[in-house]
Amino acid sequence: MNLKTFLALLSRDARVARRNFVPLLIQVLLQPMLFVFIFGRVMTSSGFLPNEYKSLLLPGIIAISMVLCGIQAVAMPLITEFQFTKEIEDRLLAPMAIEWLAVEKVLAGVIQSLAAGLVVIPAAWLIMGSGVDLSLHRPLVFALIALQASLLAATAGLTLGCTVGPTQIGLLFTLVLGPMIFFGCTYYPWSALQNFPLLQKVVLINPLVYACEGFRSALVPQFPHLSSGVTLSVLSVFDLALMLLGLRQFRRKAIT
Amino acid sequence: MAIGIRTLDLRKVYTSPPPAAAQGRNLGFTMAHGPKGPNRQKFKIVALDGVSLEVHAGEIFGLLGPNGAGKTTAIGVLTTRVRPTAGQAWIGPHEVWKDPVAVKHLIGVVPQRPNLDFALTAREVLLFHGAYFGVAAAERARRAQALLEQFKLSDRADQLMLGYSGGMLQRLSIARALMHDPEVLFLDEPSAGLDPQTRLLLWEIVREYNRRGKTILLTTHNMEEADALSDRLAIVDHGRIIASGTPAQLKSSIPGGFLLRLKFDASPPDFVRALQGLAGVREVRCDGAGEVDLYADRSGSLVPEIISLASGARLSLRDIHIAEPSLENLFLHHTGRSLRE
Repeated sequence: MNLKTFLALLSRDARVARRNFVPLLIQVLLQPMLFVFIFGRVMTSSGFLPNEYKSLLLPGIIAISMVLCGIQAVAMPLITEFQFTKEIEDRLLAPMAIEWLAVEKVLAGVIQSLAAGLVVIPAAWLIMGSGVDLSLHRPLVFALIALQASLLAATAGLTLGCTVGPTQIGLLFTLVLGPMIFFGCTYYPWSALQNFPLLQKVVLINPLVYACEGFRSALVPQFPHLSSGVTLSVLSVFDLALMLLGLRQFRRKAIT
Repeated sequence: MAIGIRTLDLRKVYTSPPPAAAQGRNLGFTMAHGPKGPNRQKFKIVALDGVSLEVHAGEIFGLLGPNGAGKTTAIGVLTTRVRPTAGQAWIGPHEVWKDPVAVKHLIGVVPQRPNLDFALTAREVLLFHGAYFGVAAAERARRAQALLEQFKLSDRADQLMLGYSGGMLQRLSIARALMHDPEVLFLDEPSAGLDPQTRLLLWEIVREYNRRGKTILLTTHNMEEADALSDRLAIVDHGRIIASGTPAQLKSSIPGGFLLRLKFDASPPDFVRALQGLAGVREVRCDGAGEVDLYADRSGSLVPEIISLASGARLSLRDIHIAEPSLENLFLHHTGRSLRE
């Protein structure tokens, strides 16, 4: 690999991200923040939901925000850059194997996803007001889950960005991201699905489940959650599989 | 160190539409499918059908052909962007599909349609391009400024390119390709969308770059451009090279390559028939009012004979213009079609 080229590509993405990061954050975070406000503040303070729900909700909100940010930060530019204007061409001609460009995109996505996580934790905490009971008693697990969740987002972004055409972006949100969020144990723990045994098994194909449950195990272990060993290992399998699939799709898209 | 280009029996068959046209076929999202089974019509386009060519180090080589002839695909294969179905290609010592990274170090590419990075300003496009190729920061800034001035882009260099005209985008793509000082420069229809003045500027820049020992391969469907710029050229049609050589060789290879445009005070049919009978005259076209186009395989030596015929018929020759054999005539000769069709 040509490190100079790789870093130049990364700094190009950093330059563009600096211009677009605030709009991206608003786009990605507005909905989760509204959700936090209604369910974490309005519903709890009016007594329709117990106060503990705030703590249960926050890890899911972190996961969903990071995953959405990473997917969009990687997929959306790829979808446009591979289109008619072929804006990516100049970078494909940069003197290194084209796969490294995909890796660079993933790394840029990971960084943006982690940044979204850093923004969302205090923001959500602030919106929900008092009564959020988080404990960072397992910082290493938290860091690993955060890293893997962001990697999941960026590799999923790579795969989707090289698979979906610009006319299908609407469908991407409706058919992929929508169900992924609602069946991703974002707003409830996985164990809450026990009355729906079939659904409880089916949602296990959704990688977001492991990110949400992983954050729960690291931040709010007082609630039921999948063990961090399980979430970490399943997430790494997803990360690897999506990276390989993403690279394949990227190669197909990049070379005719 | 000048670098040559060589291809051996390159073939490229597209079995699926190019990406831009293929949207809607991915992921099975689309509901409409063509007929399945044996009747299903397979997509197949033969873009290159056995192209072997050799571009010598340090020459300007032109690929001339109509739209869809395979020129862009040939450039795509040579620039690591299109994987050939069969055959081989080399840039200098490197086989393109075995060592694409080494090849990418050596080449600069000006695409047919500007594919600039619209998230950046014009200056950033140049600076980042230089950075991808490891050009040091100070040198990058210097080169970018020089190119922006050379291509008359410095006024709006620090704006995003949203309001740029087509010509400005095209100029910037050319400047970008020169940023890393490549040994081999590929120009795919470089003057499409340029005004005549900028086209001349481009030609000058191409010649100047070539004088520094760089190899240049350009495609064009403009005969004038191919003729003016190329040391040698190949004429491409339907993915095959139908003729190659220097412009002069190519032009002299066709019979009746010269066009004599004559103007008399009248052109009676007998006289036209007499002109037709002159040795070396292939075709005579006449508007009936004294203007005669005469296609012949010699030019100057015909003039005295024409004059003596005219004086015999009591006609006076008022104007004469001799057109050199042109590539247009050559293309017509080989394919039966005009390049402009």
